[in-house]
Amino acid sequence: MSILINKNTRLLIQGITGNEGMFHAEQMHAYGTNVVAGVTPGKGGEWVLNDKVPVFDSVRMAVQATEANTSVIFVPSRFAPDAIYEAADAGIPLIVCITEGIPVQDMMRVREYLDQKKVRLLGPNCPGLLTPGECKVGIIPGDIALAGNIGVVSRSGTLTYEVLYALKLVGMGATTCVGIGGDPINGTNFIDCLDMFEADPHTEKIVMIGEIGGSDEEKAAQFIASHLTKPVVSFIAGQTAPPGKRMGHAGAIIEGGSGTAADKIIALKKAGVQVAKHPEEIPMLLQ
Amino acid sequence: MKLQEYQSKSIFAKFGIPIPKGRVATTATEARQIAEELGGRVVVKSQVLVGGRGKAGGIRLAKSPKEAEELATQILGMVIKGLPVRKVLIDEAANIEQEIYLGITNDRAARRPVIMASAAGGVDIEEVARVSPEKIIKVHIDPLLGLRDFQSRDIAAGIDLPRDCWKEFARISLNLWRVYSETDATLAEINPLVITKDRHLVAVDGKMVIDDNSLFRHSDLAEMRDLDEEVVSETEARKYGLSFIKLDGQIGCMVNGAGLAMTTMDIVKLFGGEPANFLDIGGGANADKVSAAFRIILSDKNVKAILINIFGGITRCDEVAKGILVALEEVKPSIPMVVRLVGTNSEEGIRLLADAKMITATTLADAAKKSVLASQGTLEM
Repeated sequence: MSILINKNTRLLIQGITGNEGMFHAEQMHAYGTNVVAGVTPGKGGEWVLNDKVPVFDSVRMAVQATEANTSVIFVPSRFAPDAIYEAADAGIPLIVCITEGIPVQDMMRVREYLDQKKVRLLGPNCPGLLTPGECKVGIIPGDIALAGNIGVVSRSGTLTYEVLYALKLVGMGATTCVGIGGDPINGTNFIDCLDMFEADPHTEKIVMIGEIGGSDEEKAAQFIASHLTKPVVSFIAGQTAPPGKRMGHAGAIIEGGSGTAADKIIALKKAGVQVAKHPEEIPMLLQ
Repeated sequence: MKLQEYQSKSIFAKFGIPIPKGRVATTATEARQIAEELGGRVVVKSQVLVGGRGKAGGIRLAKSPKEAEELATQILGMVIKGLPVRKVLIDEAANIEQEIYLGITNDRAARRPVIMASAAGGVDIEEVARVSPEKIIKVHIDPLLGLRDFQSRDIAAGIDLPRDCWKEFARISLNLWRVYSETDATLAEINPLVITKDRHLVAVDGKMVIDDNSLFRHSDLAEMRDLDEEVVSETEARKYGLSFIKLDGQIGCMVNGAGLAMTTMDIVKLFGGEPANFLDIGGGANADKVSAAFRIILSDKNVKAILINIFGGITRCDEVAKGILVALEEVKPSIPMVVRLVGTNSEEGIRLLADAKMITATTLADAAKKSVLASQGTLEM
C-alpha cells in the first residue's frame, strides 16, 4: 500500500522531449512506472521511449487519448505556471511540479486556481514521489530505497535521499516517500501527507524532514498531537543558518525572528515527536 | 533582492505615487548643489540596505545647503551595521502633519498577499507589531482579483484616516498594489506615508524587495542590484549558478542540494566545528562549477579545511569526481579536504579520487568528525 501513487498511476509527462524531461522519463519508465503519454506543444504525433509512448500537443488531447491520471512537469520556470493551469484545466487530479524557481506571486495565483478546481499539486521545486517497487514520479533515484512500512515526507531533495539511503542500509523501507518541495507557497504540505499516512494501513511509522522558514512544521506538530496515532520521527535542517539569508530554497529563510529550527524542534518535541540530531540517527529512533 | 530607498521611490513615482523631490549624491559638493536646487531645507539620507538608518544617525535634517554639505560629509563617512555609506539621497523636507505606515507583502501562511496599514507610521513596523499589534490593520488580497477599492476604504477607516484624505489614500494603495504585482515584489512598503500640513499624501520613505525568481522577466530591475552591498564571493557564486552564503567558521562546505547543504553545516557544528559557508552546487555539477566553488571557498582565509559531501542521485559521483580533479589542477588547495561520495557511481568516483590526497569518509557523521579534526590540524591526509 501507499499514498498518492501506485501501480494504477497512469503518468503523463509535460515537457517530455526536453533534456531533463527525457532523461527522467527514461528513469521512471525503467523503474516500472506506467508512463502513458508525453506533452510538448508543437511535437504532437511523435513517439518516445523506444516508440512506446505517444507525444501530444496538449494535456487535453493526451488525457482524452490515454486516460492519464497524474502529470509530472519538467518545463522551465517561466512556462511552468501555464503547464500547471493546463493540467488542472484538463482534469488531471494529481499534478507534480519538479520545476524550480517559479516566482512566488505566480504560485499564489496557481494555488488559488487549483483550490477552486479541487486539484492536488505537489511542489513546485520538489523531487516528486516514490512508492518503492511500484511507481516513481519525479527524480528520486529508485535504487536508494526499499519498500517497507515507513511513510516519508520531506521539504528537501538530496537530504531525503540521504534519509532513504540510511534506512535502506539497516534494511528499512518506505511505503511512499513524498517530497513536498522547498518553496514558500506549495500545493501539498506536511499536514496533507501526515493525514494520508495516518489513513494508510501499511504505513506504521512516519519520518518528517523539515527545514527553516515558515511555520508548516509548527502546524504539523499541532496536527500530530491532535490527530496522529502513529509514531513520528523528525529532523529539521538549518540549525546553523543565519537569519535573513535565503538558504538555497526560496522557502528556507528565517524572517522577522520566525521560522527558526529551534522553534520547530521545540514544537515537535512538545507534540511527542522524536527529533534526530542528524539524519543518520533517524533509523535508530525508528527502531 | 533588496532595493535602495531611492530606487524604490523612483518605482513608486513611475506608478503614480507622490514622492518628495530629490536626487542621489555621492559627494558632499553634489549634496550641496541638490539642496540649492531644492530650495534649502532638505533631508540627507544614507542609502544602505539595512534598517535603523535613522537611529544610527544616517538620516538628518539640514536647514541650508551649507548644512546639507556638512551633514553629507559626515554621513558619507559612516559605516552603518557594517555597510559603508556610498550614496546619500537629498530630499526636499516635508511639512509633516501625521505619519502612516502602508505596506504590501506575502503572507506565506495564508498563501495570499496582505496589505497592512497603521496610524503609527514612521517607526519600525515589526516593533509596532510586537508591542501593539492592534494598531496594525491587515487585509488579505485575492491573488486573482487584486486589491479592490472597497478594501482600501476599509483600511482607511480602520486606521482612522481623516476622510478628506481617503481619495488620495485609495489611489496610493491601488498604485502600491500595482507596484507590488507588476514588479513581482515580495515587499513594497511606504513608511512613512506622510499627511502634509496642506492635506496631501507623500511617500517619504520606501522599501522594496523583489523576488529573485522573477528577475528573468524584469531585466530593468535586475540591473538595480547594488553589488557594493554584497559580499564579493556571493556575487561571484551567482555568476556560476551556485547558491552560496558566507559565514564565519573554519570549515568550507561543498554540497549538492540546499537541504543537505544546511544539514552538512549543522552536523559540522554538532561535532564541534564551525561552517565557513553554505554552498549548494546544485544538480549536474560539472568541472566548471566545482572549480568555481573551490575558488570561492578558498578565497576565505579563515577556511582551514574543506568538506565535500555529494549524494549522487541524478548527479553522478564519477562526474563530480572528475570535476574535483580538474578543479584541483587549477586551484591547488593547500588545506586538508574531506570527501564523501555516496549514491550513483560512488565507487567509481572514489577510485578516481584515490590519488588525489583527500581524506575519504563513509557516513555524514564520519565526514563531519574528520573535517573538524582536519581543520584543527590533528588529522593528516
